[in-house]
Amino acid sequence: MATTITMPQLGETVTEGTVAQWLKKVGDSVDKYEAFVEVSTDKVNAEVPSPVTGTIREVLVKEGETVATGTPIAVIDEVGAATSAPSAPPQASHAPAAPAAAVAPAPAQAAPAFTNGAGSGATANGAEAVLRGASPAVRRLAREHHIDIRTIKGTGSNGRVTADDVLAASRMGPSAAVGQAIASSPAPAAASAPPGGTSTYGNPIPGTIVPLNQARRIIAERMVESKHTAPHAWSMVEIDVTNVWKWRTREKDRFERETGYKLTLLPFFIRAVVESLAAFPLMNAKFTPEGLYVNKDVNVGIAIGLATNLVVPVIKRADQMSIKGLAIAGGELIDKARRGKLGVDDLAGGTFTVNNNGANGSWASAPIINGGQAGIVTMETVVKKPVVRDDDSIAIRSMMNSCLSLDHRVVDGYVASGFLADLKKRLEKMGPEGSL
Amino acid sequence: MAKTDVKTGTLERRGLSDDQLRALLRNMLLQRQLDNRGFQLNRQGKVPFALGSEGHEALQAGAAMAFSRGKDLLAPYYRDLGLCLGIGLSPYEILLSIFARAADHNGGRQFPNHYSSKAAGLMSFSSILAAHIPHAVGAAYALQYRGEKGRAVLATCGDGTTSEGEWHESMNFAAIHKLPFVMLVENNEWAISTPLDKQMAQPEIWKRAAGYGIPGRRFNGFDPIETYAAVKEAMDRARSGGGPSLIEGTCYRYLAHSTDDNDMTYRTKEEVLEHRKHDPVPRFESILVEYGVMTAQDVEAMRKDVLRETNEATDKAESMPYPEPKDLYTHVYEGAWEPWQ
Amino acid sequence: MAVSSSSATSTVMNNVEAVRATLYEAMKTDDRTVILGEDVGARGNVFLITKDFINEFGPERVIDTPIAEASIVGIAVGMAMEGLRPVAEIQFADFIYPAFNQIVGEAAKTRYRSNGEYTCPLVIRTPYGGGVRGALSHSVSIEALFYHVPGLKIVAPAFPADVKGLLNASIDDPDPVLFLEHKKTYRLIKGEVPDGHYTIPLGKANILKEGTQLSVVSYGLYVHWALEAAQKLQEEGLSVEVIDLRSIRPMDKGTILRSVEKTRKLLIVHEDNKFGGIGAEISAMVAEEALFHLDAPIRRLAAPDVPAMGYALPLEEEYMSSPGEMAEAMRELVKF
Repeated sequence: MATTITMPQLGETVTEGTVAQWLKKVGDSVDKYEAFVEVSTDKVNAEVPSPVTGTIREVLVKEGETVATGTPIAVIDEVGAATSAPSAPPQASHAPAAPAAAVAPAPAQAAPAFTNGAGSGATANGAEAVLRGASPAVRRLAREHHIDIRTIKGTGSNGRVTADDVLAASRMGPSAAVGQAIASSPAPAAASAPPGGTSTYGNPIPGTIVPLNQARRIIAERMVESKHTAPHAWSMVEIDVTNVWKWRTREKDRFERETGYKLTLLPFFIRAVVESLAAFPLMNAKFTPEGLYVNKDVNVGIAIGLATNLVVPVIKRADQMSIKGLAIAGGELIDKARRGKLGVDDLAGGTFTVNNNGANGSWASAPIINGGQAGIVTMETVVKKPVVRDDDSIAIRSMMNSCLSLDHRVVDGYVASGFLADLKKRLEKMGPEGSL
Repeated sequence: MAKTDVKTGTLERRGLSDDQLRALLRNMLLQRQLDNRGFQLNRQGKVPFALGSEGHEALQAGAAMAFSRGKDLLAPYYRDLGLCLGIGLSPYEILLSIFARAADHNGGRQFPNHYSSKAAGLMSFSSILAAHIPHAVGAAYALQYRGEKGRAVLATCGDGTTSEGEWHESMNFAAIHKLPFVMLVENNEWAISTPLDKQMAQPEIWKRAAGYGIPGRRFNGFDPIETYAAVKEAMDRARSGGGPSLIEGTCYRYLAHSTDDNDMTYRTKEEVLEHRKHDPVPRFESILVEYGVMTAQDVEAMRKDVLRETNEATDKAESMPYPEPKDLYTHVYEGAWEPWQ
Repeated sequence: MAVSSSSATSTVMNNVEAVRATLYEAMKTDDRTVILGEDVGARGNVFLITKDFINEFGPERVIDTPIAEASIVGIAVGMAMEGLRPVAEIQFADFIYPAFNQIVGEAAKTRYRSNGEYTCPLVIRTPYGGGVRGALSHSVSIEALFYHVPGLKIVAPAFPADVKGLLNASIDDPDPVLFLEHKKTYRLIKGEVPDGHYTIPLGKANILKEGTQLSVVSYGLYVHWALEAAQKLQEEGLSVEVIDLRSIRPMDKGTILRSVEKTRKLLIVHEDNKFGGIGAEISAMVAEEALFHLDAPIRRLAAPDVPAMGYALPLEEEYMSSPGEMAEAMRELVKF
C-alpha cells in the first residue's frame, strides 16, 4: 500500500515548512523510523522519520521549496505492497513523531562556496578536487558531523583533508571551523568565489544578489515585526565586574576540567539577571491586548551569533539554577548551536533574553527585543580603566557596560532603570569569594 | 543358461560350504541387478550418473567372502559395488547414494559408487585414482602399530591405477614395513579407453611383487571360488604378520566406463561379445546347478528374490528426502561453520 | 601475549628448540603420536629437531620414510583416519608440491565428503621462507597455495612461545593442520617459553605493539622486522600498531577490523609474492567490512611477482623486504 507523507507541523504556531534536503531519492528503500527528508521551519531543521518501511515512489516537493503544513511531500510504497493509489493523508493534528535532532543550516547550506578552507588551491576546482579525493572515513565523518569537507583545512599529504581534520573541525563547531578556514587562507573570499557561482551570506559578492534562505527570511520577518510592534526604549549602566571576574578566574580551570565547558562571565550575569527579574517581575512579562502577562517561569534565552545565522536557545527555569548549573546549561546549548543540533524545544519558551555582545569589543549596543518579551539585556566588553571610587581614590577596575532595550508598552523608564540598577548592584556584590 | 546334468565329480570348493557357495551367487546376482538398476534410473532421468561393474561379479563376491567382517578394513575404489555389498553394505545404502539422499553415508555429497561406512570398516575415498592406497597403507600401519593381530587392510584398484606414482609409493612402504596389507588388482583390461598394452610393457601386474620383495600371484577373476582362495591366502598372511601381497584377478569390463563414456569409440562390439562368452554370472549359476548345489528353480527363485530386494530398496531410498541447502555447511571442520574461517 | 600455562616458570629458547621440546612432550604424553618424514629418525631431522627421538620412542614411532612426499602425507592421512595422531614432516616446504592432492584433495575433504563419519586429525610440519641463501628450492612461501582450501588449517608462528602453544593446539586439533616454521627464525628468534603444557587457540592474532596511526599486519619472519621498523617510527613520534597473525586459516578477522577501525590505515607485510598472497584476502575483507573507516588506500608490501628469490645475494635482497623498506612504507602511510 502506498503511503503519502505530508509536511509536518514542527512547532505550535508554524504554518509552513521548507524541504531543506532530501535524504533519499525515488527508488531508494527506507526503513520505518529512518529519516528520509530534512525540513526547516523557524531556523530549525528537523529530520522527518518515515512512518513505514518501503521504497520512495514519488518526491512531490523540490529542495528549497516551501509549502503549507499538511501538503503532501512524498509517496512511499510499503514493502510487499502491490502498487495502488496512495492512501489519503491523515487529517488529524500534525504533531509529528519526535523529530530527530535539528540541524542548523551549516555551511553546507548557507555557505557552500567556502573554497579557501580546502587548502589545496584557491579555486572551485580545488574545492571539488578536495571533495572527490575525500577518503571513505572522511566522507562518513563529515556526514555524521554535518560538516562540508570543502570548508576544512587539510593537514594530510598534498593538503588532503584527513579523518582527524574532520574530527577536529567537528569539535570546534562549524562557525569556528569556518573562522579558522578564513583565518588560515591567504586570499579573501571574493577572489576565490566559484566562477559564475552564487553570492552567499557568508561570501557576498559586490554587485550581486545574495538569495534569501529560510533562516534569513525568518530573521527579517521577526525583526520587522518586533521593531514595528514594540516601541523600543533603551538604557545603559556601567558595572564594576572586578570582583566577579576574580571569582570567575579562580574557578575557571577547575570548572573546565570537571565539566568540559568553558566558564565565562555569562552564567554569573544570568544569575544576577534572574534575581533582578524576580525583583522586577514586569521585566519578565509579555504584552497582550488583554493585559500584561507576567510569566511564572523565568526562561532566559541566550543570543548566539553563528557565522551566517542567529539563534536564541533558552535555559528553562533559569531562576532555579546555580551559577554552575547555568554555566553547564548554557555550555550545552552553545555547543549544540555550534554543531547545528538545536531542537525545536531548545528554541521555544523564552521569557527574557541575554545577549553577550562583548566578544568583539562592543561597548554599547541597542539590540532588538525578541518578539513576545519585555526586554533584552546585553553584556558588553570588559575594559580595564581607572575609576574614581567612593572615597575619591583612583583604582584600576574592570568595567563592563550593560545595555537594555525595553518594550515601552510593558515597562517604562522607572521599572527599567530600577531593573538595571538592581542588576548592577547584584553583580558588584558577587565575588571574589563564593561558590558556584 | 546352459543345460546341465548333475555332475558326479567334486567341485573344487576350497573349504566353502553350500550356503557359502549360494551366498557367493546371490552376491553376484545382487551386484548385477543393482548395477543394472543404476542405469535404468539414469535412463528414466531420475539420476544423472551411473557407473557399472559388469564383469567383476565373481572377483568381488569371492574377495568379499575372504574378508573378516568387524575386523578387516576395506579400501575399495568406485567399481567395487559387489565387494561393498559383500562386506555388509545393504542395497538400500547403495541406492541412497545413487539417489543422493540426505540419509546416505556421505549425505549426498559424493558421486554414487563412492561407498563409505565406518561401521563396516569401509574407508571413505575420492575419485582420484590411487589416492586411497596410501590411506590403506597408513591404516595398515596403525593396525600393526597397535599390535592388532588378526586384522588386515584389503585395498583394491583397477589395472589403470597401477600406473600412478602413489600406487608405487604405497606398495613400497607397505613392503618395507611388512604391513598387514593386501593389494588386490582387478584387471579388467581397460583404463577407460586405454587398453592394457598402452598402460604397461609388462602386462602381468602381479609380477611387480618381486620388485617390492613381496609375494604375488595371479588368479582367474571370473571364478569366485578361485578368487576366494587367493584373497584368503593373502589376507591370512597379512593378518598373521606375514606382510603384504600383490594379487591380481583377471576379469573384463563389459560395459563402458560410465554413463559418460561411449566404449564403441575405442573397442569393438565383437571383442566385448567374445568376452561375454566367459560371463561369470551365468557361468557360476551353471556350475552350482551342475554340481547339485542348487536347482535351476532355486536359481530362478534367487533371481526373483534379488529383484524383489532391489525393488524394495529402490522404492525406500527414492522416498527419502534430499539434503537441504543448509546441509552444505556442515562438517567442514569439527564444530559449526563460519564464513571466512 | 595471551598464554595461560600451568607453570609460573619459563625457559628461554629459540624457535627450533621450541619445536623440538613440544614434539618431545607430545610423543611422551600420547602414544597415538607418531612422526614420519625423510631423515627424521636416525638423522634426527636436518635441523636436529627430532635428534635422538628414535632412541627413546623407537623406529615404529619415528619413521624414516622413503623419498616420496605424496605418500608421506597420504600414509599419514590413512593413519589419522584409523585413529593415530601422525605428525608428518615435509623436509622443506619447496618439496611439498607432490603431496598437493593428498593435502588439498584428500586430507582437507575427508570429514566433509564422508559427512563427518571419517576425520583426519593430521599435522604436516614444514620449514619455509628465505633469507638463508636458499634460492629456488629452499626459500619458498607456500601459504597462499593452501589457505584457499576450506577444510584445512594453517598456522605460521613467529615466536617460540607461540610455536609451542600452536603446535600443541595443532596436534590436538581434530582437523588437518599445516604447521609452517620459518627456517630463518629457527635460531634467530629467541624468547621466553612458559614451562608445562599449554595451547594457543588457532585463529587468534597477537597485537605485538599498540598504536593509533597505522595498523600493520604480518606473520613469520617479517613480523620481527615490522616490529623493528615500528619501533623506529615510534622514536620519530609516529604511532604504529603491529599485529602478528600467527594463524592464517582460520584468520583473526576481528582483531584486524578493530585495529583498522582505530587507526584507519592498513599495511600488510608478507614475504610471499604479492599477487594472490595473504594480503589480497585481508585487503578484500577490510574493504568489504570497514570501507568507511579507511582514511587511506590499503597497502601491501610483499615480494615482487617473480618465481623465486635468487641464490646471489643481490637477488635475494631485492626479493625480500628489509626493516628499512618496511619503515618507509609505514611512514608514507602514516603521513598520507
